[in-house]
Amino acid sequence: MDYLSKLENQSIYLFREAFNKFENLAMLWSIGKDSTVLLWLARKAFLGHVPFPLVHVDTTYKIPSMIEYRDRLVKEWNLQLVVGRNHSVLQEGRTFPNGKATRVECCGTLKKDAMKAVLEQKHYTGVIVGVRRDEEPTRAKERYFSPRDKNMEWNVEDQPPELWDQFKTDFEKGTHIRIHPLLHWTELNIWEYIERESIPVIPLYFANEKGERYRSIGCFPCTFPMKSQARTVSEIIQELRQTNTPERAGRAQDKESEDAFEKLRRDGYM
Amino acid sequence: MTTPGSTEQLKIVIVGHVDHGKSTFVGRLFHDTGSLPEGKLEQLQAISERRGVPFEWANLMDALQSERDQNITIDTAQIWFQTKKRQYVIIDAPGHKEFLKNMVTGAANAEAALLLIDAHEGIQENSRRHGYLLNLLGIRQIAVLVNKMDLVDYSEARFRQIATEYTAWLKSIDVEAKVFVPIAAKLGDNIATRSPKMPWWDGPTVLETLDAFKVAESPKDQPLRFPVQDVYRFDQRRILAGRVESGSIKVGDRLIFAPGNKSSVVKSIERWNAPATDSAHAGESVGVTLTEQIFVERGSIAALESSPPYELTRFNARIFWMGKQPFRKGRSYKLKLATQEAECSIEAIEKVIDASTLATVSRHQNEIFVGRHEVAELTLKFKKPVAFDTIGEIVPTGRFVIVDGFDVCGGGIIVPGNYPKRTADGTHRSDNLYWSHGKLTVAQRARRNGHPGCVIWLTGLSGAGKSTIATELERELFNMGRQAFVLDGDNIRHGLCSDLAFSPLDRRENIRRVGEVAKLFAEAGLIAITAFISPYREDRHSVREMVSDDQFIEVFVNAPIEVCEKRDPKGLYAKARANEIQDFTGISAPYEPPAKPEIELRTGECSIAESVGRILEYLHLQDVETEISI
Repeated sequence: MDYLSKLENQSIYLFREAFNKFENLAMLWSIGKDSTVLLWLARKAFLGHVPFPLVHVDTTYKIPSMIEYRDRLVKEWNLQLVVGRNHSVLQEGRTFPNGKATRVECCGTLKKDAMKAVLEQKHYTGVIVGVRRDEEPTRAKERYFSPRDKNMEWNVEDQPPELWDQFKTDFEKGTHIRIHPLLHWTELNIWEYIERESIPVIPLYFANEKGERYRSIGCFPCTFPMKSQARTVSEIIQELRQTNTPERAGRAQDKESEDAFEKLRRDGYM
Repeated sequence: MTTPGSTEQLKIVIVGHVDHGKSTFVGRLFHDTGSLPEGKLEQLQAISERRGVPFEWANLMDALQSERDQNITIDTAQIWFQTKKRQYVIIDAPGHKEFLKNMVTGAANAEAALLLIDAHEGIQENSRRHGYLLNLLGIRQIAVLVNKMDLVDYSEARFRQIATEYTAWLKSIDVEAKVFVPIAAKLGDNIATRSPKMPWWDGPTVLETLDAFKVAESPKDQPLRFPVQDVYRFDQRRILAGRVESGSIKVGDRLIFAPGNKSSVVKSIERWNAPATDSAHAGESVGVTLTEQIFVERGSIAALESSPPYELTRFNARIFWMGKQPFRKGRSYKLKLATQEAECSIEAIEKVIDASTLATVSRHQNEIFVGRHEVAELTLKFKKPVAFDTIGEIVPTGRFVIVDGFDVCGGGIIVPGNYPKRTADGTHRSDNLYWSHGKLTVAQRARRNGHPGCVIWLTGLSGAGKSTIATELERELFNMGRQAFVLDGDNIRHGLCSDLAFSPLDRRENIRRVGEVAKLFAEAGLIAITAFISPYREDRHSVREMVSDDQFIEVFVNAPIEVCEKRDPKGLYAKARANEIQDFTGISAPYEPPAKPEIELRTGECSIAESVGRILEYLHLQDVETEISI
């Protein structure tokens, strides 16, 4: 079996474990390449179906074409969509850069708190998230099934053992488990799989006339394009095989302090 | 158009005692193979300078602030790097004893291990414990790196001494290291390139050692194990979801599901957006549909009839315990084995072992448990049978975890024991069976009952009237004060023969079992009435052979198929015509009428009462008065 197929089969296994073990299951969909591959793998696991809702945390700072793309797929693939927003913070304008919030604070309220509100309202006990180990060092320490406490906090110093494909599926009331089917995929694997399966991704990933493309997509005030000539999936794959620059180099919130991202993640960020 | 990275990957775990330089080694390995992201080294150097602490290679792996503050690794991390040969995932495992569960998590996901020993400090507690656990976790490819050679003046003698000492330890736990390599991780000696400071070393560098490891292949050649993960009812079909853990599964295979012994045939292999094939192999997550619908749930393990797993209420195991609370006798825990879950408890503890010394842990008689970070040999027992293999036979169904409360607290492997094979295994029959005889004779029973026991065997097409005649005959006999009992085809299939389907082989076994039961009833003095299609002449003949000849009354319930199909009381002919039922007698499977039946009833022409009358007539029974009649 080739390596991509091994990854695919493992992800399908994880999806099916999650679906069997969590009555109230949802999947986060950020519209980016990873969570779209995640969605594709869900359809693989459930033979064309997606038997749980997708939660999109909308910061309202997303690039507009992302929302169009989202709504098109919801219709075409027959998906259930739940949109979460932090209305009060948005109304009061406590955001970056216009309001009085740092990048990290803004991520904390618009993404993390909005997600927390959706989880509490819908009582989800299992949340599927498309994070990968190679993205960022604290994610390299993640489990496939990763518990969060009542306050959504991640106790990274005391994580459950995970061996022989047996996962933490028993948990206290009020807590929830994050499931990470893409944990072992790399950025390159994601693109190789997009190519193999012809998965539709948003055009922002491809180089425009100015010779720029997004390698990682988030909110427009904090996400910057990179110089690139890659206009097709296979050109992106070629580019990634050469590069030595980290994927999230264009994501400003990671760099505010040495442990900025670790703090965000401990508090419940994806 | 693929790089080696996307075709082959090897996962390596780095283990060893705390401060023997694991994270430093990994940092250096990344640097020396050009695998660090741009700016990472400079970033870490700048951070060290700002904090006024010396730069540490280990900071590359120790991503958590608490790890950098204390200069220790708390949790396992996984990062990627590439050699000319292939891609590697390096799993850095913590060396502190208190983080053992994280070490286990890291190591359980690896295919090979590098174990580091500090040349200056020598072999320590966790050097030995980790070696023992690697073996228990199933990692067979181990290389030992003797690190910090710079602290012992690159002494060959010191290197040899450690190698000899540690080889002896590994031998005592039945492990053999592939190679010992002397290194100085901090300085890069013998990591990617040969060290000029150790000219006496003519063995491989670490990089060469890594490239010599082999990628584990999925066990395709072993017997099939397909644990059912879930059952989906998408698109009005029942689909068994699961991953082939070993062997292969293909359309047409007859599967048995353990525990429970149910059986059916693979109708299709299901995937989405993938080429359709009629087989799946070890490692593939697929869906499976069956020709006959049987009740199967998550946890069942499908296997081929020729090589089923064991199915017992106890097994012997070696376990390691990571729970905060000890593993105690007298309490019940949850066992997870493949997708099976079962309530378990300790039947007996053979011995508890300190994995760093192999010494038996001595405990008071009345205080028997396996404590945190201890290893034990024990027997587990279950309320209901579980399906399993031994670790030496099939790995994925030969190991398990134990859950205490909300947490996975222990892991274990199933070791060989005196496990009886399933009874359905035709190759295993006891040689120690004898007939035993009671003190009652057939004649005595007949005198008591007022009639001898016999078997009235009704045969004929579905809808011919067998069951109706049988139940009516039973009622009449009861009213006449006789001991009669009906063995009905459908009823037997719900219980005694629920593991059988409708292939010729299964039909034969079905009739054989019914024949045996009818024979026992007749011997007990009852009039056993059977109502089975029993389409094959030879099968009916073998039942006649089983029972003494004058006790077997074959009744041919003969109705033309058109009549039966018109009656169709269970709607079966309609389904058979619509191809929804395969092997349906009279439509798609043959019926062989009896050559010389004792009685023939043409039910197209005569009534039920007439038919029953004919049988009663044949029996020459005299009426006796009864108190109850229905």
